[in-house]
Amino acid sequence: MAELTRSTVGRKIFMALTGWMMILFVAVHLLGNTTVYSGWINAYAERLHALPPLLWAYRLFMSVVVTVHIFFGIQLTLENRRAKPAPYFVKKHLRATFAGRTMIWSGTVIGGFLLFHLVHFTLQLIFPEHAANRNMDSAGRPDVLGMVIYSFQHLAVSCIYGIAVAALFLHLFHGVESSFQSFGLQSDRTQRFIVRAGAVAATVVASGYLSIPIAALLGILK
Amino acid sequence: MDLFLYVWRQSGPEDKGSLEQYQARDISPDMSFLEMLDEVNEELTREGREPIAFDHDCREGICGSCSQVINGIPHGPQEKTTVCQLHMRHFRDGDTIYIEPWRARAFPVIKDLIVDRSSLDRIIQAGGYVSVHTGGVPDANAVLIPKTDAEKAMDAAECIGCGACVAACPNGSAMLFTAAKVTHLAMLPQGRVEAARRVCVMTEAMLREGFGNCSNHYECQSVCPKGIKVSFIAKLNREYLKSVADKP
Ligand code: HEM
Ligand code: FES
Repeated sequence: MAELTRSTVGRKIFMALTGWMMILFVAVHLLGNTTVYSGWINAYAERLHALPPLLWAYRLFMSVVVTVHIFFGIQLTLENRRAKPAPYFVKKHLRATFAGRTMIWSGTVIGGFLLFHLVHFTLQLIFPEHAANRNMDSAGRPDVLGMVIYSFQHLAVSCIYGIAVAALFLHLFHGVESSFQSFGLQSDRTQRFIVRAGAVAATVVASGYLSIPIAALLGILK
Repeated sequence: MDLFLYVWRQSGPEDKGSLEQYQARDISPDMSFLEMLDEVNEELTREGREPIAFDHDCREGICGSCSQVINGIPHGPQEKTTVCQLHMRHFRDGDTIYIEPWRARAFPVIKDLIVDRSSLDRIIQAGGYVSVHTGGVPDANAVLIPKTDAEKAMDAAECIGCGACVAACPNGSAMLFTAAKVTHLAMLPQGRVEAARRVCVMTEAMLREGFGNCSNHYECQSVCPKGIKVSFIAKLNREYLKSVADKP
């Protein structure tokens, strides 16, 4: 175990494993969020919070996952920069993508957004008067839908979410495919397909998330 | 043809170094890139100036000595071609060409375009060999090796250790080199015995030498003069996972 945390391959496996924990979270979270369209989100949120020990266990688990990912992400990036001290006057990138070369920055934007997001929808401190835990819907449940719509109708708030989704898109555009390579799960034959699948996954996740603030801004959500 | 060159000049490891401008005149399109530099050096020598130092040996694309980043691409614009096998017909009259040494912390510049690549040798020394007794020369067909395995081992063995993968990698990582060596030996029965230890010590040696980690950018594959594929890196990662899983 200790060797794994020092090895160049071991640490990439940790990055890929924790990355996938977050991908699974991001996917399930998106599926949950689509209940804003059916109007079931208040019921969904109530169920989700019905089992506090489970919820807190999962939150603790994800905190460890995020911490490990950020720790190794920064450590690897710093080592990689140190390994290339002098730049070229002329350098052509033949294969490396913008998304791949900016993982640390898209990650930083996502990390910063995560804090904002927790303050916004978990602690509900941005628009306290519209917080779901203070306003009940007709069925007596916290009015999550009302809070979401009210928030996203502020262009500035929607823009913050837009920027975060763009960062997530870039991160997944490289990250999904990269994780298959880190796990050793690709070959000359499958690689082209996995690159494309990663791009599709990034696009699906990003459009899914982006649709919600856009729908709120356009007044489609009720 | 006439060319404008910007060449990295650095008198020694401690010198700061800079790009200097030169002109290459009356170059034949049939010359190799190194012959073009030979011409420039002849002229510099005639003028009593210090010729440009660059590495070369076989000049037939098999030794891996030649090492120049040409217009931002290690080994220049032609795919799967070493600098010594690159010909001037791939350039046009009046072109400006930037020539820089391999850049990586693990490859300190010795002089001008020559870098010290002994760090790659030390990765090999860490475990890129077979030290179990394999007996005398076996009879033909006594040790059966599936054709696909033999071919994969031969593909990996094509690596000439030139270091272009490191030069191209934004992280200065030697993963493609290390993966080629690990795969080459792991595919064959004699090398298989020590495969688990080998992948660990060679990747450790890689970091110790100051190479970076692999971020899966795949720049290395694009510039490799021997067409070594990044699927060998996936293979190295599998070998590493196997070694972890097999540990008592
Ligand atoms: C919270 C802030 C985050 C930071 C600072 C961050 C940082 C990074 C960095 C620097 C890398 C590249 C490592 C390398 O060069 O090898 C990386 C890879 C990756 N990240 Fe993140 N990341 C963050 C959040 C996320 C999230 C939310 C997800 C998933 C939804 C994710 C999924 C991945 C994946 C799949 C990889 C590829 C792993 C591999 O190359 O094997 N990351 N991350
Ligand atoms: S000089 Fe030997 S490969 Fe170019």
